[in-house]
Amino acid sequence: MTQLTPVLTKNWDLPNAFTVDGYGEYAAAKKALSTDPDAIIQMVKDSGLRGRGGAGFPTGMKWGFIPQNDGKPHYLVVNADESEPGTCKDIPLMMANPHSLVEGVIITAYAIRANYAFIYVRGEVLHVIRRVQAAVREAYEKGYLGSDIFGSGYDLEVVVHSGAGAYICGEETALLDSLEGYRGQPRLKPPFPAVAGLYASPTVVNNVESIASVPSIVTNGADWFAGMGTEKSKGFGIFSLSGHVTRPGQYEAPLGITLRELLDLAGGIREGHELKFWTPGGSSTPIFTAEHLDVPLDFESVGAKGSMLGTRALQIFDDTTCVVRAVLRWTEFYAHESCGKCTPCREGTFWLKQVLKRLEKGQGTEDDLTTITDIADNILGRSFCALGDGATSPIHSSVKHFREEYLKHFEIGGCPFDPAASTVWGKA
Amino acid sequence: MTYAPEVRERLETDAKEIIGRYPKPRSALLPLLHLVQSEDGYVSDDGQEFCAQMLGLSKAEVVGVATFYTMYKRKPSGEYNVGVCINALCAVMGGDQIWSELSEHAGVGHDETTEDGKITLERLECNAACDFAPVMMVNWEFFDNQTPDSAKQLVDDLRAGKEVVPTRGPGRLCSFKEASRVLAGFPDGLAGDGPAASGPSLEGLKIAKANGWEAPAGDEGSVNDR
Repeated sequence: MTQLTPVLTKNWDLPNAFTVDGYGEYAAAKKALSTDPDAIIQMVKDSGLRGRGGAGFPTGMKWGFIPQNDGKPHYLVVNADESEPGTCKDIPLMMANPHSLVEGVIITAYAIRANYAFIYVRGEVLHVIRRVQAAVREAYEKGYLGSDIFGSGYDLEVVVHSGAGAYICGEETALLDSLEGYRGQPRLKPPFPAVAGLYASPTVVNNVESIASVPSIVTNGADWFAGMGTEKSKGFGIFSLSGHVTRPGQYEAPLGITLRELLDLAGGIREGHELKFWTPGGSSTPIFTAEHLDVPLDFESVGAKGSMLGTRALQIFDDTTCVVRAVLRWTEFYAHESCGKCTPCREGTFWLKQVLKRLEKGQGTEDDLTTITDIADNILGRSFCALGDGATSPIHSSVKHFREEYLKHFEIGGCPFDPAASTVWGKA
Repeated sequence: MTYAPEVRERLETDAKEIIGRYPKPRSALLPLLHLVQSEDGYVSDDGQEFCAQMLGLSKAEVVGVATFYTMYKRKPSGEYNVGVCINALCAVMGGDQIWSELSEHAGVGHDETTEDGKITLERLECNAACDFAPVMMVNWEFFDNQTPDSAKQLVDDLRAGKEVVPTRGPGRLCSFKEASRVLAGFPDGLAGDGPAASGPSLEGLKIAKANGWEAPAGDEGSVNDR
């Protein structure tokens, strides 16, 4: 039985967790600022921390790509634009424990020699923005931000920047364009942000949870962090259970825990029902079924089974749920959020939506299944950024696991499920 | 029509403060558009012209940006922006039923405003609160674990001017304009309201505590050892 390991969530039950009083006096930042920045980068490399925003790129390696002594300003940008369907970890983290993020920002910015950092928070979460603004303000008041922090001679300015409603801005180069005051559309890579990011200067873009994990590594050591998790997916992470589970919520655990273990903790699938399908890491990760209950939730194991760990956004659907309906909704989302820059994604998501609408109503034919997988094949790998690729995940995986359910729709000329049964108030 | 001189002066003071936060002025465009919404309730023609002047951009450049982001309202909208999440998970958990009953009850559809100017309804994509599904947002505050009845009651209360309090958030609900001002980077002093976390956010921690589970002990001083 894998035990939970609350680190980032440890103080969430304190009423004042979001203040310095409830968090602590930035001892890790103080320690870091008396250390050589390269030693901090090495420590994060040694810890094995990989990006918690979905892609899992090694965090220390990303920091190491920043060219030094290049005479250019460096920037740290925190990607707090959490919008991937199912993903709901950074928002409660910033609401309850924003100082872990601010302290992580100080350490990270110091390590990459940045004197300016931005926290780009999606705009649709007003109280979270208040909490992050207040944490930054309190950090300034305490002398943790500003000039000559802890008497180290190091200066750092932090700006909290609110987005304005665009999923695509979670893509790091689109986020940078948005932060520069443009439409949030992705940039061609290379050059990568480490070389030409914000204002064409070397920039690190990291997810909230990645940055918030850094103070604990500085405090407890790389070996401590690496001692949790699996061989290649080290440390802990927040697993977000939602949907048809008895106790949905945030469960902080070592990487490699399984859904079976998490469901045991969460009281199982809601009473009277069984697991039908689930996403390991948000809607852009191919769906799994009950046969994947024992897959260790780490980057390698989930990948080997044909999906991705993503953001550990475990959306759980029971036997009352129509998979075609869920896939249609996700597809409508991708069509809505496609930025329009590249043709495969813009046109492909539009047509996927049209065909799926017809399928869900039971008005399609078996040929439509070939059509949607063909369209998906023409989006996957041909889009400008990962949004298009993500849009194909629900299509391919649902047709693979639930082909019969698609067929059933046009056999009976409608949806075989009662949507009322899948609601929270639906009868068991 | 342009802003009255005293309004313009006030907006300019705010705009200069916003611009001053950034190494390059154009980065201020998104917060400036939030500022415009805090004045007008939507991105008005005057407001976009104002942003263009403050940043030395053409109005077309400003409009190009304003039209990209869904939080910028293109026309005057209600005092309360009421959103229902209809992304897959919330929809399945009841968001679809909430939307259809609420829309019928209020007599308006997506991006439409009630005649009294109180409520603008919106179909929302995922708002990162899936463990509280089905989720609604009013002026971007969380209204978690909704039902069709609670949703209709909420809208009735808002229209009747009764006090409405978010399920996770401050002790009072701000207007859309007030909320926009916070988004522009001007805090309203409400950050300390409400608990740090509640409900599903604490499930894992509660279980860990009940079982005495903790992350392993660390080795203090490892940074200096290196």
